[in-house]
Amino acid sequence: MNYMHKSIEEIHDALKKGEVTSEELVKESLQNAHEVQDKYNAFVTIIDAAQGGEVNDYLLSGIPYAAKDLYSTSGVLTTGSSNTLRDYVPFFDATAIVNLHKNGAIDIGKTVCDEFGMGAYGNTGHTGSVLNPWDPTRSCRGSSAGSACAVASGVVPYALGTDTGDSIRHPAAYCGIVGYKPTYGMISRFGVLPYASSLDHCGVLTRSVKDAAIVVDAMKGIDPKDMTSWDSSKIHLYESITGNVKDKKLCYIKELCDINNYKNPSEELKKHLKNFHDVLEKIKSLGIIIREESIEKYLLDAISSVYNVIAYSEATSNLSNMTGIVFGPRSEGKTYTEMMKNFRTKNFSPLIKRRFIIGSYVLQKENKERYFINAQKARRLIVNRWNELFAKYDAVILPVGTGPAKYLDMSKNISDESLIPLEEHLQVGNFGGFPSITIPDGFIDELPVGLNITGKCYDDENVLNIAYAIENILGYQNQIAKEVK
Amino acid sequence: MKKQTVVIGIEMHCELKSNSKVFSTAKNGYSVIPNENIQALDMAFPGTMPMVNMKCVRDALKMSMILNCKQPEYMYFDRKNYYYPDLPKGYQITQSTCPVGVHGSIEIICDGKPVKVDIADIHLEEDTASLDHLDNMSLLDYNRCGVPLLELVTEPCLHSADEVMAFLEHIRSIYQYCDISDADTKKGQIRCDINVSIMDEDSKELGTKVEVKGVDFSGVRGTIEAEIKRQIALKEAGRYDEVEQETRRWDEETQSTIRMRSKVDAIDYKYFIEPNIPKFRITKRLLDDIRQEIPVLAYERRQKYLNEYHLDEENTNIIIKDIKMANYFEECIKIGLDVKTTANWLNGIITSYLYREDITINDFYLKPEYLKQIIDAMNEGAISSKQAKEIFSKSLEERKEPKNYISNDNKQVSDEKVIEDIIDNILSQNEDNIRAYQNGKTNMFDFFVGQVMKETKGKANPIITKELLHKKIDK
Repeated sequence: MNYMHKSIEEIHDALKKGEVTSEELVKESLQNAHEVQDKYNAFVTIIDAAQGGEVNDYLLSGIPYAAKDLYSTSGVLTTGSSNTLRDYVPFFDATAIVNLHKNGAIDIGKTVCDEFGMGAYGNTGHTGSVLNPWDPTRSCRGSSAGSACAVASGVVPYALGTDTGDSIRHPAAYCGIVGYKPTYGMISRFGVLPYASSLDHCGVLTRSVKDAAIVVDAMKGIDPKDMTSWDSSKIHLYESITGNVKDKKLCYIKELCDINNYKNPSEELKKHLKNFHDVLEKIKSLGIIIREESIEKYLLDAISSVYNVIAYSEATSNLSNMTGIVFGPRSEGKTYTEMMKNFRTKNFSPLIKRRFIIGSYVLQKENKERYFINAQKARRLIVNRWNELFAKYDAVILPVGTGPAKYLDMSKNISDESLIPLEEHLQVGNFGGFPSITIPDGFIDELPVGLNITGKCYDDENVLNIAYAIENILGYQNQIAKEVK
Repeated sequence: MKKQTVVIGIEMHCELKSNSKVFSTAKNGYSVIPNENIQALDMAFPGTMPMVNMKCVRDALKMSMILNCKQPEYMYFDRKNYYYPDLPKGYQITQSTCPVGVHGSIEIICDGKPVKVDIADIHLEEDTASLDHLDNMSLLDYNRCGVPLLELVTEPCLHSADEVMAFLEHIRSIYQYCDISDADTKKGQIRCDINVSIMDEDSKELGTKVEVKGVDFSGVRGTIEAEIKRQIALKEAGRYDEVEQETRRWDEETQSTIRMRSKVDAIDYKYFIEPNIPKFRITKRLLDDIRQEIPVLAYERRQKYLNEYHLDEENTNIIIKDIKMANYFEECIKIGLDVKTTANWLNGIITSYLYREDITINDFYLKPEYLKQIIDAMNEGAISSKQAKEIFSKSLEERKEPKNYISNDNKQVSDEKVIEDIIDNILSQNEDNIRAYQNGKTNMFDFFVGQVMKETKGKANPIITKELLHKKIDK
């Protein structure tokens, strides 16, 4: 019996009934972790010393989970998948981890991500690329690649992720699972290695909407150590899932979803968008009203640049503490500048360095107005436009990306600038701090694809409830990856 | 050469008083043990985030109001990005977009004349760690890292070292009065960046600005005087083009300023709004609440003491230095004590007692009403000034109210009949001396007073004695 393939509710019931012990679950999970590590390189650290815990009324008690290696774990190596922190063992837990442990959750491993959460393919971590469990020649997408892989391949029922652009929600689609990032500040970011503070969100990867609700219920809460966190004690995600969605209103964006907007579309894209529209028809049968909306092309075209400017600027500042002086393997040098320079030159990957340079460039006095300030303004315009939609609709529903998982060998992937808005639109969820969830919505050439539902801030209960109803009608919950080739 | 006008602008950094640091819960306090008052945030451990200390925000707003600045609608912070080993985060959290105060002004007194000082802005920020450079290594102490700082920036509106010192003292006094900072210059709690330039007296164009950075309070006067001298000397020698827009530092040993770097190499700090501190509204209610906490400041008290109390300048200046002293003084006046007498007691015997015991006036046993018991008894003639001092000491020593020591035993003889009898007796035996006095030997008067005192063992009321004597021998 592979309990780690079940839903949290099922595992909890089995624990309660005494069918299995927490100790046995941990053992099973660790064994799965090692197998998956050998095959797909999902973990930086597998906590072999992990032990079973008490089982009580908390749904997560005694159940194993994994955390992206950006979450500080007291006494456990936390690298951010970066050489700069390859030996770093924090002496404190991230607040989200503290909250999970209060619920009795058991950490069995730290998953690989793109270095400090920066990267789209799960291939910039210092321990190597994460392979997609559906097709190991393909990417899990970044940056929460290891977490998505671990959940999709049944190592754990859930794994923590972080999402600055789409780092939870895009890997979820590539791996055929659920990825949810709640409203900005619902989960404290204290102790989570930052990438871009105004865009960073904590969240979770699971195999069902209900599981996502259960986990975030346990992770969330106002935290004096994170001033951007807020009191969500009146929000009960799990309890508010009813499946009753009659007369809910959704919209999709014509410019992104209409195949006629793309010149020379690939077969893959055609299938992806057709699948999406087929799924919309099914959703309508739930009594949900779906309308097409139009968004100005210049706003959609701006999304990706706005993201790059803001995220890279904040990143260059956030990661200025990586000097090797206080923590990390210190570099040699005759002066402090040399020490810092050597440390950073040697230990950061080329992708991160490129982002730092762009970030510094756009913040320079002579460029700031043109790039950084304008990006802030564009961010505001885009968020306002989405809020206009939320005034009329419960949520926006869109396909995730341009199709299934891309190849890790980039030369095999089609690159087409006109696809960028469709590829990157989930970043809007970060601009506005909106609650946003990806669920699987079918297969293209046997590989999973996903759709995303994004609602207005603080409306997480509504968003999850809609996602739950749609998940039910599509029937892809609790799916475990199986290699297709 | 034409007469030169000196133009000075000051950036005054002052460490604030608070239990914890401005963005972390570590203790804000001086410690001889390095790296004792630190939290993960102070060393910029990954994932740590700032938590704003509201006491510091209130104090910053208070100072903004005192300096007649405009307060912003929202409070938020910026990051100032640069690499230096004493700055573990790689950025300092400060305020540049929207400081707690802008466009203020305050009147100070310099050489007895009022001077208006324009304030460009005042902002709240965090201090850096301290570095100790040894021969072959540098040591880092993060105790100071994150200590709250208020930086006050004046317009280039000061014109001499005297004005700058008067300004700094004035601001120091406000910090101390409001208990915002100890502003302890010995602990290095005040540091200044000084911008100095010179120009022809009749010119409207400012000269080349030279910045002297990180000057300790004790070095401010020297810095300004040396820098003016240097710039004028170069101008006189026709080499004013050698005065460069640059950053210099003060060298205590040689009493001169030394070049650090050109302004051309100035760092671009790449400021942007700190995303981890959500902006929050500064309500009118909050400001009103803070305004109520502002005490009457030294400057206003000074006017009052001089104009209403008619106290002399010297005593006034001593009393207003310390708010506790001034409060004590005012309490005394309120319960009816004489201004001059109180000032004399306060600046004399009381100050030396406090100094000897190393306590403040707040811990002084003799509250104003106790002091009044002594002074009243003296005025009533019940005790002599010598006895008053004895009672003062005894009362402090035994911690008992002074009235316990004012008995009838050592009471002054104030009964006119008794004194008159004694005087008559003395006069009858000194007819020659009376004549000598009446013939112009006026110092003979003291002889008679002395005789009365001798007869009464010093207890005769000197005022009554003198009055009676005058009546009897002034013919």
